Amino acid sequence: MGKMNSKLKFSKTTKSNMITYLIVAVAFVAVKILLAGGHMSSLMEGLLVPLCIYVMLAVSLNLTVGILGELSLGHAGFMCVGAFAGAFFSKCMKGAMPDGLRFLIAMVIGAAVAGAFGILIGIPVLRLKGDYLAIVTLAFGEIIKNLVNVLYIGRDGEGFHFSMKDSISLHLGEDGEVLINGAQGITGTPHDASFTVGIILILISLFVILNLINSRDGRAIMSIRDNRIAAESVGINITKYKLMAFSISAAIAGVAGVLYAHNLSTLTALPKNFGYNMSIMILVYVVLGGIGNIRGSIISAVILTLLPELLRGLSDYRMLIYAVILIVMMLFNWSPKAIDWKERVREKYFSGWKGRKGAAGQVSEGVLSKGKGGK
Amino acid sequence: MSFISYLINGISLGSVYAIIALGYTMVYGIAKMLNFAHGDVIMVGGFAVFTIVSTYGLPPALGILVAVVICTVLGIVIERVAYKPLRNAASPLAVLITAIGVSYLLQNVALLIFGANTKSFTSVVSIPPLKLAEGKLMISGETIVTIISGIIVMICLTLFVNKTKAGQAMLAVSEDKGAAQLMGINVNGTIALTFAIGSALAAVAGVLLCSSYPSLTPYTGAMPGIKAFVAAVFGGIGSIPGAMIGGILLGIIEILGKAYISSQMADAIVFAVLIVVLLVKPTGILGKNIQEKV
Amino acid sequence: MTLLDVKNLTISFGGLRAVDDFKLSIKQGQLYGLIGPNGAGKTTVFNLLTGVYKPNEGIIKLGDRDITGLKTIEINKAGIARTFQNIRLFKELSVLDNVKVGLHNHHHYNTLEGIFRLPKYFRVEKEMDEKAMELLKVFDLDKEAGYQAANLPYGKQRKLEIARALATEPKLLLLDEPAAGMNPNETGELMDTIRFVQKEFGMTILLIEHDMKLVSGICEELTVLNFGRILTQGKTADVLNDPQVITAYLGE
Repeated sequence: MGKMNSKLKFSKTTKSNMITYLIVAVAFVAVKILLAGGHMSSLMEGLLVPLCIYVMLAVSLNLTVGILGELSLGHAGFMCVGAFAGAFFSKCMKGAMPDGLRFLIAMVIGAAVAGAFGILIGIPVLRLKGDYLAIVTLAFGEIIKNLVNVLYIGRDGEGFHFSMKDSISLHLGEDGEVLINGAQGITGTPHDASFTVGIILILISLFVILNLINSRDGRAIMSIRDNRIAAESVGINITKYKLMAFSISAAIAGVAGVLYAHNLSTLTALPKNFGYNMSIMILVYVVLGGIGNIRGSIISAVILTLLPELLRGLSDYRMLIYAVILIVMMLFNWSPKAIDWKERVREKYFSGWKGRKGAAGQVSEGVLSKGKGGK
Repeated sequence: MSFISYLINGISLGSVYAIIALGYTMVYGIAKMLNFAHGDVIMVGGFAVFTIVSTYGLPPALGILVAVVICTVLGIVIERVAYKPLRNAASPLAVLITAIGVSYLLQNVALLIFGANTKSFTSVVSIPPLKLAEGKLMISGETIVTIISGIIVMICLTLFVNKTKAGQAMLAVSEDKGAAQLMGINVNGTIALTFAIGSALAAVAGVLLCSSYPSLTPYTGAMPGIKAFVAAVFGGIGSIPGAMIGGILLGIIEILGKAYISSQMADAIVFAVLIVVLLVKPTGILGKNIQEKV
Repeated sequence: MTLLDVKNLTISFGGLRAVDDFKLSIKQGQLYGLIGPNGAGKTTVFNLLTGVYKPNEGIIKLGDRDITGLKTIEINKAGIARTFQNIRLFKELSVLDNVKVGLHNHHHYNTLEGIFRLPKYFRVEKEMDEKAMELLKVFDLDKEAGYQAANLPYGKQRKLEIARALATEPKLLLLDEPAAGMNPNETGELMDTIRFVQKEFGMTILLIEHDMKLVSGICEELTVLNFGRILTQGKTADVLNDPQVITAYLGE
């Protein structure tokens, strides 16, 4: 009986994960068909890679916010680090090796550098709690963005030159080339990003995160989220697992950054793309999709990225409507009164129908998950 | 001599941060929420004065009065409509995201009404600059007014919290809502009052900020809002003297950092100092250390 | 053979001596009770034994090992597991996973083996599932294995906490008011379970309890704490008949 139970549970999570992969695959095929038939506007086509980037960012932030249970407002900072590390490598190595291999290595480097920053920042930061942690991660994100803006790296016959002042103080030789030019960033990163690459990266991120969650380490991470003191009392190394979740989350954001950098000809660190506003936007995806609900993050990232575009007809009013929808959705889904009301309506009109509960281990309280009645 | 002038400018900017941070810290103390829309209330205050003074040519004093009234009402409405329903939500993130929504809303309403172009704000201060040390040291009227306003606000707020019944109720509610309710305190009213005061302070800060840095856009409030929050955390969030000290220190660090290290790095320096302070003292300079009971 | 040996244990909070000159000696396999009025410092003793607080003075020895001042996780690895007065489960996790977190340090595979689902992952997970189900069966929780822990009724939550503590394979089990909030029937069942754990697992158990029926029914020896100091120590029957103890509990 007991064994059956545990087996049943195992297959249930596996099934749920399979559905998540399937959704991504179906979306991929659908987009490809639309593209082949010429049914997609160039505007939409241009959104495909950014969509993949936002999905990766949302999914990875959910690892920190939903699974580890710590509020981070600096996720864009890790994306920034990954973007610059990857673009820097690509710029240095352009033509020196096959493009595919170079892009692959750029991603590995982006992941590694962002992951390393995750550990570096995580060690001091993860000792703090709640809102203090939130503000310090925000601070780190802003510092990263600021530092990148005063970073100058050039290369000439003698090797690499480095400065924090301006490109002249690099003292480059005649054959020299400025690789990272402060606030002007990196120009001429090869355009390697594509929708297909984006989807593959999403699938890899999902594979890593979902399998991590459903493993020994994932349980340890979630135990810290649920009760730190109890986790310590059964011998869970808090620091180790917090850092693990935080750095894996950062590494995936770093890969998203590499994809971002290889989708643009010029990479600069602006408040718009790597500032705290970006981190907050990703957090909005995570919360609306369901804290701890990975599939919800994917769906909400897609919907919320498309929403302003779909509202484009309303021109000036679109961001206003977006804000109103955001507030109303939050009130409707989280306020105890609205939840009660929905419960009553359900009992009155759908009394025969039993709402399915989200499986243990992942909370499903988001809009999208709720609408679908499960995680 | 330039050091002293930087220092005074720092104190002036710091006074603005302190005034915003006071609102932030009071709201945080009582509602336990990061009110991301607080910075945008500053912007609303700025635009209110801009409209009255620059568009209609009415006296600045009236402008300030109108700004304070608009922001106070705005603060109460935001709390009532967007935050109160989520006070007992299952996750504290819910109200945080709603606050972000409110922030977007205010920015975009301002964008619709006033457009994205930077408005140049006419200073509401008409005091001539003060010349000291044979003209080597010049302190602008705005700086003087800002610092004096900061001092007045701090004194009034401290007296209000410590000497009045409403102020004491505020402290009680921020300590323990349930117990305060049992003691017969009107919790909803007290929370609304806190938002009202916080927003009125934001209006004052908006006027002062725009007088010293006279450019106004729908996004003007966002960064000062974040910095004021940093100041509040820096001083120990929930603590009124902490917010004052945090705000002023932050202003000084920012101006001195800009002057002596790098103007591009000023924000990074501010944030770095915050990180260092929190690592040494995780609850800020004057924050209480609360240990979780096992 | 003495398993736990505590001498001269003292801790003060802001001048107040919460626990003062505490000593305790528990033999291997013994069921030992720690009682006393509210605020006597019982839970503080548990917190000292499990490294939540560092003592100002004193020595704690588990077997031959001095564990004074170690961190909570080190102490758990050394062999002390506990439950909490205010239940602390991993609420969002399943009942089974709660126990599997307890098994964490005894069943290993690394992160990459977990992410890439290498054979070792399946082997160890199966091992853990079996072990956890075995433990759940002892506490009659096997049918609820797939439930979210937060959805268990109160009494079962207490049992799950004990199961989770046992999963860490401790030498000494600390139970902080295991019968709190239980009805007499549930308490009776719990007494049977505790005795079963003592016999079947050969477990040494130290428990804090207010339920005198439970204490007198299963504890072999008792220590009574009052205002942070030991009032008396000895065989259960002797202690409970001590007039000092009666005064402490009922007042003058």
